[in-house]
Amino acid sequence: MTTQLLIKKITTVFTITAFTLTLSFTNNAHANKTFDDFGGVAGLTKIMDDFMVGLVADARTREFFENSNQARVKGMLVLQMCELLEGGCKYPGRDMKSAHQGMKVNRAGFNGLVEQFQFAMDKHNVPFSSQNVLLATLAPMYRDIEATNGDAVPPVFSQKNN
Amino acid sequence: MPTHLSSAVRDLLTRVKTLSALTLAVVILGHSALVSAALPSGSKLLLTGGVSPIEGSAGGGLTPWALIGGYGTNNEIGGSAFYTHADIDDFDLGVFGVAVGIKDRFEISLARQKFDVSDLRQKVFSGLGADAIARDDITQTIVGLKVRVLGNAVLDQDTWVPQISFGVQYKKNNDGDFVKGGVIGAKDDDGVDYYMSATKLYLAQSLLLNGTLRVTRANQFGILGFGGDNNNDYEPQFEFSAAYLLSKRFAVGVEYRSKPSNLANTVGGAVDLSEDDAYDLFVAYAPSKNISITAAYVELGNIANVPAVGADYGDQKAIYLSAQVGF
Repeated sequence: MTTQLLIKKITTVFTITAFTLTLSFTNNAHANKTFDDFGGVAGLTKIMDDFMVGLVADARTREFFENSNQARVKGMLVLQMCELLEGGCKYPGRDMKSAHQGMKVNRAGFNGLVEQFQFAMDKHNVPFSSQNVLLATLAPMYRDIEATNGDAVPPVFSQKNN
Repeated sequence: MPTHLSSAVRDLLTRVKTLSALTLAVVILGHSALVSAALPSGSKLLLTGGVSPIEGSAGGGLTPWALIGGYGTNNEIGGSAFYTHADIDDFDLGVFGVAVGIKDRFEISLARQKFDVSDLRQKVFSGLGADAIARDDITQTIVGLKVRVLGNAVLDQDTWVPQISFGVQYKKNNDGDFVKGGVIGAKDDDGVDYYMSATKLYLAQSLLLNGTLRVTRANQFGILGFGGDNNNDYEPQFEFSAAYLLSKRFAVGVEYRSKPSNLANTVGGAVDLSEDDAYDLFVAYAPSKNISITAAYVELGNIANVPAVGADYGDQKAIYLSAQVGF
């Protein structure tokens, strides 16, 4: 390959990169459009209601939520999402590592939860691009949440404390 | 552990059987949505198995990505089967293949390409009075192996580090006598491509980018053999894909793939075999988790031009349609 041809090829690659980056970063203009897209705290509350129904219905996540204190979990999730979306809330719960002690979540379970969350957001008409803004902040949490590459081990729920 | 292993092997065998049956179903029915209900569901996220590639390794239409094919997670075995048809101006290309993804770490793929040269054969026959091509198709078999070395393109959203994989593609042209003969002039009928791919999903921007560096001696992906009189050495090539996710089910994108131009003109300059880079614009649609359908407009440039016999083909464009079943 001649140097000239090499330069031409590299230039083409950079031009396409620049074009696609420009295309994508023109979205999300002002800070809290995303929070509005979720319908604020009221919207998040409705989303979490359907999310929990999905989590209990999905074989990959069922045992982690079926016998949990669902009302409490949903309340915590609303506050956590609201905080991540900079909606003016303070999530008072434990960090993700401590919150998932006593159980072993694997990738299938983690992805199952993401999928159910997507279904719930779809149902409440959260625009796809705004869903992705939130999911981008949640995705790296897999490092703290997942505890195994093997079989999942659900938590043992006591009567009082979960 | 042994019980785990044997159950994994059993599972794999069952899936391979299902896969073979489904490949047939897809090819025969031509309408892959019909079989979606029959498949077990893997656990990876939608469209993260990539779409259907031309050489069998999971990725875009023209270039392999660092993603491991199929919908299996780091604890599972997944796989996919695809059929692709490229309706090229003066040729046609059909590719079918399967890929198995093991624990989101390894990918083994097998593809068979069939390149239709019947139009050129006819023109050469009429023009020369001799059946110099003597076949309607050139076929090639490609075995691919890919290893993910680091990163998670989808989940590692808090770092710039992409997912990186290394891969090899062993390509065996089944029409060796022809591609090494006087009309084409390739030096070999088999070859190995080595590549490194870096893929990253910019989720907050709904954008997926991939860059691939490949070293190869292949002429037209290997369909016209390996090496030639213009160049017989391995050369680095650049490949690039960008896909914008419009929704969970729709993605649109562009791809670019540089290719070497190894073959010299043959038959006293009458056959022009100079090779160009390829570009495409694609739309991928996933009607369900197990199915993806890709349509693309592809610019392939010159393939084989023989104006003396009325085959003044010029640059070749193609409409590319591909259906993939993944689990």
